[in-house]
Amino acid sequence: MTLTDVLFYILAAMTGICALAVVVTQNIVRAAAWLLFTLAGVSGLFFLLGADFVGATQLLVYVGGTLVLVVFGVMLTAQSPFIDMRISAAEWGIALAVGLVLYGILAASLVISNPQGAGALPPPREELADSTLLGQALLGEWQASPQGNMSGLPANVSPHGRLAVSYLLPFEIVSVHLLVVLIGAAYLARAKRRRLVRPTPPPVDGSAHEHPLGVQT
Amino acid sequence: MTLTVGLTHFLLLGALLFVCGAVCMASKRNAIGILMGVELVLNAATINFVAFARYNPIFQVEGQIFALFVIVLAAAEAAIALAIVLNFYNNHLSVDVDTAEELKG
Repeated sequence: MTLTDVLFYILAAMTGICALAVVVTQNIVRAAAWLLFTLAGVSGLFFLLGADFVGATQLLVYVGGTLVLVVFGVMLTAQSPFIDMRISAAEWGIALAVGLVLYGILAASLVISNPQGAGALPPPREELADSTLLGQALLGEWQASPQGNMSGLPANVSPHGRLAVSYLLPFEIVSVHLLVVLIGAAYLARAKRRRLVRPTPPPVDGSAHEHPLGVQT
Repeated sequence: MTLTVGLTHFLLLGALLFVCGAVCMASKRNAIGILMGVELVLNAATINFVAFARYNPIFQVEGQIFALFVIVLAAAEAAIALAIVLNFYNNHLSVDVDTAEELKG
């Protein structure tokens, strides 16, 4: 066992156990904490795979941004009945059985099919160590898929005669999508005028239906 | 399966994260818990992309680019989902998905 193997098993155990704990725990605050360790373990796996830029992005965007959003959501809604929301034992048993069956099917199909390239970890490619290739592929300066022939273009054309197959258009779409999400999230979560919350007067007759928390619906 | 780490090991870990996320989505009653399940599923997909990028020279750039797109779209999805959840909480004072039944036929 090399150092890479030891590192993989440590990171994989951390990631898997924390992911299981996210599912098992009933406390939503603890689930957020376990999710933090899961995401950090995944970013460690990216570093182990030689994808430095993706690992750093995972740390910055996921652990630093998305998880903070989730924690804010937990804090803003953390009232006592919603922190511990338990499901019944029967539902829990069904979920466990379905999960075990699903994982059994996936794992069995993986082990049986034994996908190509399942040998030892290949040496890292030097050109992927920095993010230059990724940027060039995003901006269209570099033929993104020279060997794959996934792009639908004829394979026998020389690389210089081809159109550059790049990810410039998806990059732009994602940019516009982020702008739309920014506006949409601000619109959805804006501070509205509060609904009238009046101190509940004692009911004159029993017919008036009042919301239990005093909110006029 | 040998002890040396290969592509299968990464795919098995991705499958584990996927199943955890699916069970989390199905079994949590808190809307934010369901959101955490979605994050787990997206991370499982990302692990698979990056593992294929390393083990298969054809996908050496594609895998990482798709992983980046998944991360960005997951951030957008989390922002919108949390806005919806907070809006629902403002209106109903609850984050229990079982109470979101106004559109039930």
